[in-house]
Amino acid sequence: MKNALDEDAVRNNSASAMDFLPVPQLRALQLGRLRGIVERAYERVPLFRKRLDEARLKPGDLDSLGAISRLPFTVKADLRDTYPFGLFASPMKDIVRLHASSGTTGKPIVVAYTREDIGVWSNVMMRSLISCGLHQGDIIHNAYGYGLFTGGLGMHYGAEALGATVIPVSGGNTERQIMILKDFGVTAISCTPSYFLHLVERASELGLDMKKLPLRAGVFGAEPWTEEMRRHIEACTSLKAYDIYGLSEIVGPGVAIECCCQDGLHIFEDAFYPEIIDPETGEVLPDGAEGELVLTTLCKNAMPMIRYRTRDITSLIAEPCGCGRTIRRMRRISRRSDDMFIIRGVNVFPSQIETALLSARGTLPHYLIVLTREKGLDNMEIQVEVTPEVFGDTIGALEKLKKHLMASLERVLNIRADVRLVAPRTIKRSEGKVKRLVDLRNASK
Amino acid sequence: MKLKQLSVFLENKPGQLLLPCKALSDAGVNIHTLCLADTQQFGILRLVVEDWKAAKEILEQNGCVVKLTDVVAIEVEDRPGGLARIIDILDKGRVNIEYMYAFTFGRNNRAVLIFRFDDPDSAVELLDSEGIGIVGAPDFFKLAGNGK
Repeated sequence: MKNALDEDAVRNNSASAMDFLPVPQLRALQLGRLRGIVERAYERVPLFRKRLDEARLKPGDLDSLGAISRLPFTVKADLRDTYPFGLFASPMKDIVRLHASSGTTGKPIVVAYTREDIGVWSNVMMRSLISCGLHQGDIIHNAYGYGLFTGGLGMHYGAEALGATVIPVSGGNTERQIMILKDFGVTAISCTPSYFLHLVERASELGLDMKKLPLRAGVFGAEPWTEEMRRHIEACTSLKAYDIYGLSEIVGPGVAIECCCQDGLHIFEDAFYPEIIDPETGEVLPDGAEGELVLTTLCKNAMPMIRYRTRDITSLIAEPCGCGRTIRRMRRISRRSDDMFIIRGVNVFPSQIETALLSARGTLPHYLIVLTREKGLDNMEIQVEVTPEVFGDTIGALEKLKKHLMASLERVLNIRADVRLVAPRTIKRSEGKVKRLVDLRNASK
Repeated sequence: MKLKQLSVFLENKPGQLLLPCKALSDAGVNIHTLCLADTQQFGILRLVVEDWKAAKEILEQNGCVVKLTDVVAIEVEDRPGGLARIIDILDKGRVNIEYMYAFTFGRNNRAVLIFRFDDPDSAVELLDSEGIGIVGAPDFFKLAGNGK
């Protein structure tokens, strides 16, 4: 399949031209690309061919964009079941990059890119940064983690494509980050919103007023955040805070981003086809209706994703945007349709916590995950009910149990979780099903 | 020679102590002595009651996590040095004390020390050989009854 993104941009002599295409032209482009990608997946990915055959469909049956609803969904479990390379549609010699993200069972999910795919990704990331008002001459402090996580390198390539100056700071070492922000004339920063709040907090403790820095834009994503957080961030800094959305399975960051209107995230529709479905029935819902976001990659060679169920709940906005972009917007992600949550940029499934508790004690206790946000930092506390099997009559025995559980959780999740031992039957049961997650992060600012 | 002690897990927050106390009181169980150990997040209530089997059942029915532990009760004179002498013996005998608590039974001039040892049997043997009076269950509850 041919990747036309860069050529189109050059022809229109504007890097963001694809964001402003007349809608009929955009739809025609999408249909052409959709046919191409479905054909590619059918020919090269056994799982997809099997599913299409089972549904008695041929790639040629796609006579309109609406016909996409007849195609089978792809889900996260498909990536896990075909670990590591089973969904690749390109031979390894054509693949120039692999990334991986956390899975549900300890094995990561692996994603691949050809050189053209990296080009598409860089292009949508570049357009994301343009959407935040950035251009050549900006100095971008990239505090997303560099590594298997797509955040760091995705942002990096976009910033370079834009011609901005990118500082590959990556995560950690907060004091050094503050020094760089202060000394390098940084005009834009990219990181998780909770980490940025932490930076603001720490800078203020060190006597640095963030308002005095020349920061113009913050590109915040990789975890859900709120309007309240945006107001707070913008009140204590000089920057405008933009929400960016993406996921490794589709490309990484750069699937959608806010514009100067900060009213919904524009989806780069020339590269990603969005649908909203009813998460229960799978039925496609009209624009404006809230449901689960389903994405199809229109120009990804190495790993085409057909109707990938993101589990993120949002709605599409078809009305024209004040910025003039014709690509549709989606509302901020409000929640998920499964029980996965994101903390400090890391995807966590309650099932991982069960695994950790089970491996530590041999039996599964009742537990509750409580997420809070304090001074901009997300905290995770696992409340664990004490049972007669593990209860000792000394403080030392209980402290030891707690440490043991914490070590096991950190081993499985790769991030720290506090453990609070609670009395039996204190975790609420409703109709036999236990609520496993209480997310107070937005309640606590 | 040993006494049975019940330990109850409590969260360190208001109202937590009431549940086990009320459950026992409603069932007419008298708590002879108790001690509360606490950390920032949780605590352990330790109780000595005469009918520990009944008390354990009542507590468990009320949703408490209960642990049964052997403890050793020693009667000493309620005067300076009474405790120090015992601790000295245990120290010299290299017996480790997990925890202990003490109380007096009303009008008689005696105090009772309750010890939780790693190895209660060898502790009892050592104290016995030093002529220290260990209070068994019948005497303990007689003493406790007299004190009322």
